[in-house]
Amino acid sequence: MLARTAENLFWLARYVERADFTARIIDVTSRLAALPQSYRGAGGEWESALAAVGALNAFNASFSETTESNVVHFLAFDETNPSSIHNCLEQARTNARTIRTALTAEMWQAINSGWLELKSFEERRRTGEYSGIESILPFLEFVKSVSLDFDGAAYRTMLRNDAYWFNRVGLYVERADNTARLMDVKYNVLLPKSETVGGSLDYFQWTSILRAVSAQTAYHWVYRESVKPWLIADLLILRKEMPRSLIYCYDNLARFLDHLGKAYGMQATSQRHTRMVLRRLENATMEEIFQEGLHEFVTKFIDDNNRLGGIIAEQYLLI
Amino acid sequence: MSKTRFFDEMNGYGDEPRALYARVAEWLLRTPPEVLATRRAQAELMFRRVGITFAVYGGNDDTERLIPFDIIPRIVGHREWSKLEEGLIQRVTALNVFLSDIYGAREILKAGILPPDIIYKNPYFRPEMSGRRVPHDVWVHIAGIDLVRTGEGEFFVLEDNARTPSGVSYMLENREVMMRLMPDLFSSYRIAPVDNYADALLAALRSVTPATARGEPTVALLTPGQYNSAYYEHSFLADRLGIELVEGNDLFVKDEIVYMKTTEGPKRVDVLYRRVDDEWLDPLAFRPDSALGVPGLMNAYQAGNITITNAVGTGVSDDKAIYSYMPEIVRFYTGEEAKLSNVQTWRCREPDAYKYVREHLDELVVKEVNGSGGYGMLVGPHASRADIDEFARKLDYDPANYIAQPTLALSTCPAFIDDAVVPRHVDLRPFILTGSEGSRVVPGGLTRVAMREGSLVVNSSQGGGTKDTWVIEDTNLDSKGA
Repeated sequence: MLARTAENLFWLARYVERADFTARIIDVTSRLAALPQSYRGAGGEWESALAAVGALNAFNASFSETTESNVVHFLAFDETNPSSIHNCLEQARTNARTIRTALTAEMWQAINSGWLELKSFEERRRTGEYSGIESILPFLEFVKSVSLDFDGAAYRTMLRNDAYWFNRVGLYVERADNTARLMDVKYNVLLPKSETVGGSLDYFQWTSILRAVSAQTAYHWVYRESVKPWLIADLLILRKEMPRSLIYCYDNLARFLDHLGKAYGMQATSQRHTRMVLRRLENATMEEIFQEGLHEFVTKFIDDNNRLGGIIAEQYLLI
Repeated sequence: MSKTRFFDEMNGYGDEPRALYARVAEWLLRTPPEVLATRRAQAELMFRRVGITFAVYGGNDDTERLIPFDIIPRIVGHREWSKLEEGLIQRVTALNVFLSDIYGAREILKAGILPPDIIYKNPYFRPEMSGRRVPHDVWVHIAGIDLVRTGEGEFFVLEDNARTPSGVSYMLENREVMMRLMPDLFSSYRIAPVDNYADALLAALRSVTPATARGEPTVALLTPGQYNSAYYEHSFLADRLGIELVEGNDLFVKDEIVYMKTTEGPKRVDVLYRRVDDEWLDPLAFRPDSALGVPGLMNAYQAGNITITNAVGTGVSDDKAIYSYMPEIVRFYTGEEAKLSNVQTWRCREPDAYKYVREHLDELVVKEVNGSGGYGMLVGPHASRADIDEFARKLDYDPANYIAQPTLALSTCPAFIDDAVVPRHVDLRPFILTGSEGSRVVPGGLTRVAMREGSLVVNSSQGGGTKDTWVIEDTNLDSKGA
């Protein structure tokens, strides 16, 4: 396969996943921000939303006030924010168009109709229909449905060859990054404390994390008990059955990179690096992670994951 | 037979349908306009879906770039087609020998058939190719020859396209849509299939692999990229052929061998089907500002390590002054008379012709020898006095840059416009493929329609549309005079 095609497939998946994550973050943040102050803990929801998607510095460069409408605009529509939903979908479509022949008709349609819908939504917004967070919620639902459509189309219609594997690798590198960032922002409320269970001020912070990764129900299925912060960390880091956990992402990365290695007859740095990260996750326990420091653990993970992106590019994409 | 009326593909000069069209005429009679309108809407929907990219490459407005499609087929009879086919193959064969000659021994200049400056001053003549042979001596692998008809059995060549002719994706897509929309009408004829075009093209491309290639030949299609207006066709063809669609940046040259960058490392390319014009191919050989090309490509080409299709330098034969010599060119190289006629052409470089053209500007179509797409052209009968005077000054300044032709009585074909079936002028572009084993024509082509009443301009940039073109295999439907 052309290196450029693989690169486009990889980034296409990342952009779609990132748009989805950003939409989820806006969604849960607006819920949290709508609660009375006494339930919200320390406040600063919108700052932490920006931090979770890694956009705090960029935001501060162009806005002086962290208001809801500023942040929502910046994260969803701002063309100067390279990771805004607008830019993610725009980039995704540009990538898709360049490699039209490597995609199935269904994948292209998912991306293209998502893009057309984005245009019409933005048009409605320009004509003044936007009035606060309420009018944004249908948009966020729409963004999530684009990623469901696209991902479902890829899963259901692609040949299981290198094109599919690069798509999956992009998806899981991005998802691992997103989950890790979410925890990194919220790590302080995930630390074990001796507060009364259920009565904590942080309760809504915890559930908003679960909500951001669509795992409220999943949590109860897995633990069968009330929401406890260290279990949330466990769910998002070490549980293989949780499709957004770090270990699940690396399990899949190892698998798909293995397929690539076998198909091309060569295992190299990206396969070794992935297995190293996976082994560390498999051997870890939450006790050790908390001992070592959740923040340190997550930061190191984010670095390793970034490094994997670089290694994949070197090995396959930048010939 | 009166020449004041145009020949109609369906009705000839009279009101009785030609035998070929009897079933279409009968279908049009019994099908109410609402049904035709529904079919047209369905066709449009299918184009958006199947050839989605027609729609989306225009930017924000997704309807603008759908090229109008007319649902009434254009039909060519068995015997008409056989004669066209022979003529097209003869013409393309002559073009290939002609190009070998002008970049080789130049016998045709020595014989005094062509004035030398017509070659040497031609902007598409590539001195870099002088003294070069191309693999298997094939220069024009894919030719699109534009034909017009003026009467029963009277076809003329209007233009030769030997550079990078486009439009074949419409030929294939139009057929897909027609087969699905009108299966009954379709199956009431024996229509020669066109969907083997991709296989035939791939076979032709593989057959011209350079001698230094090893193993299975690797073919790739070079596109200028997604912002090119024909990008849809490029990706469509790459898909159908099962070859990589590459951009300049995907290729590099090392030790005079062309490689594409793949996830498994560099992979040698043996045949490059390029849809990029000569001057953009290699910034080291041609335009240094080209970002579309591949540095060193010409070295690899000259070293015989890659076949470029169509060959570099074929544009010289698209020249309209050279076109006017095609009867002589065909005779010189094949020893036969040309089976396909040219439109009568006055070369303004010749004093007598120039004098005649100058006196009849209001009747003639005058074109620049290297113009295309209707640019720099005077259509005498439709021009104002002022336009004619202004054009006359340009003509006087450089007569050799112009040729003139009579205004042609292009045939019409019924088209469904708004809510009525009305005659509209058409032309026909068949595609001729040439490999090491000779030439072949896939039976069919692109019929372009001038959608506006009375208009003779079929270019899509000027509101022209397309039709499916049916080459009929039933011999009993042939017209007597054909």
